[in-house]
Amino acid sequence: MNLLGKLDWSAIPLHEPIIMGATAFMVLVVLAVLGFITMKGAWLYLWREWLTSVDHKRIGVMYCVLALVMLLRGFSDAIMMRAQQAVAAGGAQGYLPPEHFDQIFSAHGTIMIFFMAMPFVVGLMNFAVPLQLGVRDVAFPTLNSVSFWLTASGALLINVSLAVGEFSKAGWWGYPPLSELQFSPGVGVDYYLWSLQISGLGTLLAGINFVTTILKMRAPGMSYMRMPVFCWTALATNLLIVAAFPVLTAVLAMLLLDRYLGFHFFTNDAGGNQMLYANLFWVWGHPEVYILVLPAFGIFSEVVPTFSGKPLFGYRSMVAATMAICILSFLVWLHHFFTMGASANVNGFFGVMSMIIALPTGAKVFNWLFTMYGGRVRFSVPVLWSIGFMITFVIGGMTGVLQAVPPADFQLHNSVFLIAHFHNVIIGGVVFGVMAGYNYWFPKAFGFALDERWGRAAFWCWFVGFYLAFMPLYLLGLMGMTRRMQHYDDLSWQPWLLLAMVGTVVILAGILCQVVQLVVSIRNRDRLRVTGDPWNGRTLEWATASPPPAWNFAVQPRVAGRDALWSSKQRALATKDEPPERVYEPIEMPKNSATGFVTAFFAVVIGFAMIWHIWWMAGLGVFGAFVTLLAFAFRRRSETEVPAEQIARLDRAYQAGAAV
Amino acid sequence: MNISVAIDSAPQDALPSASEAGPAPKRIVVAYGFWIFLLSDIVMFSALFASYAVLVHATAGGPTGAQLFNQVTVAIETACLLVSSYTCGLMSLAINSRRYLRTYFGALITFALGAAFLTLEIREFASMIAIGATPERSAFLSAFFTLVGCHGLHVTLGLIWLAVMMVQVAVMGFDATVQRRLLCFSLFWHALDIVWVGLFTVVYLMGVSP
Repeated sequence: MNLLGKLDWSAIPLHEPIIMGATAFMVLVVLAVLGFITMKGAWLYLWREWLTSVDHKRIGVMYCVLALVMLLRGFSDAIMMRAQQAVAAGGAQGYLPPEHFDQIFSAHGTIMIFFMAMPFVVGLMNFAVPLQLGVRDVAFPTLNSVSFWLTASGALLINVSLAVGEFSKAGWWGYPPLSELQFSPGVGVDYYLWSLQISGLGTLLAGINFVTTILKMRAPGMSYMRMPVFCWTALATNLLIVAAFPVLTAVLAMLLLDRYLGFHFFTNDAGGNQMLYANLFWVWGHPEVYILVLPAFGIFSEVVPTFSGKPLFGYRSMVAATMAICILSFLVWLHHFFTMGASANVNGFFGVMSMIIALPTGAKVFNWLFTMYGGRVRFSVPVLWSIGFMITFVIGGMTGVLQAVPPADFQLHNSVFLIAHFHNVIIGGVVFGVMAGYNYWFPKAFGFALDERWGRAAFWCWFVGFYLAFMPLYLLGLMGMTRRMQHYDDLSWQPWLLLAMVGTVVILAGILCQVVQLVVSIRNRDRLRVTGDPWNGRTLEWATASPPPAWNFAVQPRVAGRDALWSSKQRALATKDEPPERVYEPIEMPKNSATGFVTAFFAVVIGFAMIWHIWWMAGLGVFGAFVTLLAFAFRRRSETEVPAEQIARLDRAYQAGAAV
Repeated sequence: MNISVAIDSAPQDALPSASEAGPAPKRIVVAYGFWIFLLSDIVMFSALFASYAVLVHATAGGPTGAQLFNQVTVAIETACLLVSSYTCGLMSLAINSRRYLRTYFGALITFALGAAFLTLEIREFASMIAIGATPERSAFLSAFFTLVGCHGLHVTLGLIWLAVMMVQVAVMGFDATVQRRLLCFSLFWHALDIVWVGLFTVVYLMGVSP
């Protein structure tokens, strides 16, 4: 018996120059970052202030950093695929061999959904929701840290797969029987499964945390119909997480049992049923689409009123639409595989439901437009992203409704028309949304704004690049091009694929602009310094300092209506009374905890050991995780008290600065 | 204008509804969060139930449920689990009145009944495997072992949790944290009963009915 399971030196693909080049680059970047931290002597600071932090704002920022890094990784995969398809026409094979190309499209999808989009929306919710609700932190701060670190563990495992072993070649949804041991004997699918199981657990815990926070922890006076719309969409998203992610856990566990213990859930023989996997996967997968896009809707619902200087048009209909989407999203999953061969009635039902779900979304678009109508709109970067979203998302929505018609779907299924459609809604909806949120809340998180000029440049590159990259794919889909082709014979496709390549390069320019924007903003931070309320905001997160103190609000805010901050600003202007002297009280704060970091360490150990069949190491990992849990359970004090004088001193200093 | 001061001087009339009362006490927040977790756990079980329902006839020429299930064993298992929920309730009463001895006693009986349930279940599995009815035999058996085994795994974790909680009671006494955790434990233990009732009906009763 081998002590290291299936692991040996052949796991490192030394004969693959592209993979080794990417690995070398990745290792160099990691070494550079570690070296920089060491040079600055920042390890202790990093450990105390960030890695063990249970502060929802810090955790939110770390989620967003993870998402931005993984965006770069996922985008490299995208541009490699585009480059391959731009050249591999006629008899040409391009520069990527099929087995490598298969890994790249699988990794691209997996990374972008689970490790870019998810961390970004969860990060923004983490940062903004407790502030908007006017509370000190989420319901379970340490659990929040555990959630983040589990997500980071999954991301780490996916990146390890680049250097050690291989990644799945079975697509981002891993359909059996291709993903079964019989057809995918390597470790690629195992990397996919374990990284999703670990990060999925983190996401589920985050969902539980946020449902509890939003339903049970709101500032006095903040009834449900006074919550900012972002909190409503966050509630809907987290309800979806709680109801959908366990299904993903279950279905991936079944595939794991098939692969590890010879079960027969989805195998070809012994009664296995592959369509069971497809159904269960999309019972999670379709709500997942709304898990991603609802927070983006929430961000637009904050950005549009703020920069239009008007209250949101149709608050109640916005809330109703959000909750309607939340429920309807569970009734449309079958439209991902109309071609399964269900009866006409079944396809008809899911087709109609898929069209119905477009209605609440349409209502939302009108609400945003009516909010801007008659407003004094400031066209800053978040607004640009919002307008870009409204145009792009509507087009994507319409091609989606088109595919909701089952006979049309039979033609378009598995074609690049579908690829164009879902990138149209995911880039146009989720990516534009998180970019709006990133520009909108950045000054709150760090106390200085992002550079406007580079922000605009980034937006226009992304916007134009998106249309150049994906509109050709609609045409190609109608011309009959199927997805995931490593090479093709039809030379008439090539001009369009070259155009798509150009679009991808323009998007690359957009990403570079964002990197420059960040660097320039950090350099010029003294000039870009802002007060607590740089945008003339409407909701409570702008009622405290930027960056907010660890306890968020020096005095518990009290809410008397919708748009809590806006209405109190109006009231203060109207009455001109001197507000009463603030009374400060000591605040109980959760203590920092290494639980999340240590748990994640053991999660990586377990995941890596299981992937490579190193059973003793997996056992050690489980034992370590259990001991960590015990250590957490038996710790004596979980909270510290911040004295009132300290809060008063900081708050008075802030007031003196803000009152100018 | 000083905005952050304006916010806490907003006029506050008598709070008209519970939804405006501000953050809930910790005991409620913790129990509520745990309820949400239990709901998510039940969603996971429902995915396993659905798979079982799809695959129940996919026996691939192997044994069916009617040939494998022993009603007597299952009846005793059910009795063990239901009675353990009752004793778990008695333990909760003892915790509320802060009686150590009764708490330990209730926990001990609950643990013993849970362990008896598990022993019977493992024996059932072992006897099936001995006659070749393993999860590798057919899709039906894969789904059966996964669904029932997942419940068994939950019972196992519950027993470990209960043991740790008794150590916590001994070391830390009935402090607020320990009480909240015991509350969560009893919610968990009762939820396992609910899952078992579904399992008993769908797998064992419907499995032997013609």
